[in-house]
Amino acid sequence: MTLRKLIGILWLDSVVMVVFSIIFIVPFVFIVLTAAKSQSESALLEFTLPEKFLLKENIKEVIEFRDRRVLLALKNSTILTIGSVALIVIIGSFLGFVIQRRANRLASIVSTLLLIGLIVPPAVVPTIYLLQKIGLYKTLISLVLIEVAIQLPFATLIFRTFVASIPREIDEAAIIDGANPFQLFAHIIFPLLRPASVTVAVISAVFIYNDFTLPLYFLPGEDNVTAQLTLYSFRSQFNTQWNLLFANVIIITIPPLIMYIFFQRQIVAGLTAGSVKG
Amino acid sequence: MYSNWFYMPGLIIFTVFFLVPTALAFYFSLTRWTLFDSTYIGLDNYKEFFDDPQLKSGLQNTIIYAVLTSGLKVIISLPLAMLLTFGVRLRTFFRSIIFLPVLISAVAVGITFATLMQPSTGLINEALEYWGLPQPNWLGDPDLAIYSVVIVDVWKGVGIATLIFIAGISSIPLDYFDAAKLEGETWIKFRHVILPLSRNATFTVILLSFIGGLRTFDLIWTMTRGGPGFASDVLTSVVYKQYQAGFYGLSSAGNVVLLVLIMILVYPMTRIFNRLELEL
Repeated sequence: MTLRKLIGILWLDSVVMVVFSIIFIVPFVFIVLTAAKSQSESALLEFTLPEKFLLKENIKEVIEFRDRRVLLALKNSTILTIGSVALIVIIGSFLGFVIQRRANRLASIVSTLLLIGLIVPPAVVPTIYLLQKIGLYKTLISLVLIEVAIQLPFATLIFRTFVASIPREIDEAAIIDGANPFQLFAHIIFPLLRPASVTVAVISAVFIYNDFTLPLYFLPGEDNVTAQLTLYSFRSQFNTQWNLLFANVIIITIPPLIMYIFFQRQIVAGLTAGSVKG
Repeated sequence: MYSNWFYMPGLIIFTVFFLVPTALAFYFSLTRWTLFDSTYIGLDNYKEFFDDPQLKSGLQNTIIYAVLTSGLKVIISLPLAMLLTFGVRLRTFFRSIIFLPVLISAVAVGITFATLMQPSTGLINEALEYWGLPQPNWLGDPDLAIYSVVIVDVWKGVGIATLIFIAGISSIPLDYFDAAKLEGETWIKFRHVILPLSRNATFTVILLSFIGGLRTFDLIWTMTRGGPGFASDVLTSVVYKQYQAGFYGLSSAGNVVLLVLIMILVYPMTRIFNRLELEL
């Protein structure tokens, strides 16, 4: 293949590559470059290579900052994310199963209610009031339950669609073989829902980990700081220390990037689900 | 065989942590409320909402934001989806890149772009200066701030919209393209096959980004905090500011206004879209 031919085939790719690099890659490179600079150099906000590559030192400094506050935040975010996701998958699959299999009046009422939850933002102040009444305000467990309530409509939708693809004959066969409804669900249905469970788990994990609004309202104070909140408060504390601010950005962005590398297919499938009428 | 017990955990959590607070918001929006006690004051909070210039501009900005972000996402991502389906060879690679911002938290994106958009030293204006172009004060100019955040919102969300369109285009039966191929032109393929047949995907993109736009908070709050002044305030940032100031009744009224706004705008949209929906 001659060079000319190769250029003919690849020119469009090259154009797209250049445009995409400027629009989508430059901001990420800027983050890494700034995070690797010294304080005075980073203050210039220039898009240049650092004189000395200090990424490791800066990340270490952010971690040590205020009794390793970032590590506490990552721990809290991990508990929050894993706890919520586990509940969402179990409870969401319950709902998707029963709504799809018993298509009666109750099922359609519950579906409508969940639809409201899908589009309407949560009423935050009344929730705080309620949490104070039951003594759960400012606790991680309360935020877990709120995130579950908010992600449940989406999860139920995915599970319900997936349950529809499992033939009812399987249910009947299991019941004839002597399984009770919960054994049927636990041993037959839930294992078959695995692809849907993975999709729901990965997507809710990314959403909950990245969520900023709800922790801002429901977890004020230092003890229950989450990953996104550190970034928000560091911004005022590190006012002139751009290198540390962006080192912090890198630290808290690593978990979703890892998720993306391993679960790209499921994430894309879940986020585009429902776009094609099926 | 399908026990109603399966409803129990979900319904309890959803009711206690979503439905009840939402219902309470309606009641408390009619009160002056300190969380400890509340006095009924009728529709005063709502009157204030539509009289106070700050709150009113928050309402307008919310609609501007939702319309612009959803419109721009459709306009940009449909051609982009075609490009990434038919045009280029490195499809998977480009798709991964464009999807990357979707995964990054809005706070991280907001902080990064607030830095890039700094008026004198920021990278964007440095580049504009290099090319001899005017250098706007992206986030500091009250007339411009909300639009600057809109641009960043589109940057972050265009990946999802594009992938939805790609899924839509991929579901078009191949015979349609074969028929269009006879005509030869890419334009014909676009105008007479892809545009009409990816209608469902278009509806999804509009609906998702419109609802997302009405509910936006993270980006606005990390980039401008509704400022300068209250030039880029949206309903959710007004709700947060009133909450911080201790005006809980007014804050709840903001919640109800947002809820009603979403209902009256989104419900007719879904009705119309459902009627126009295409069976492939």
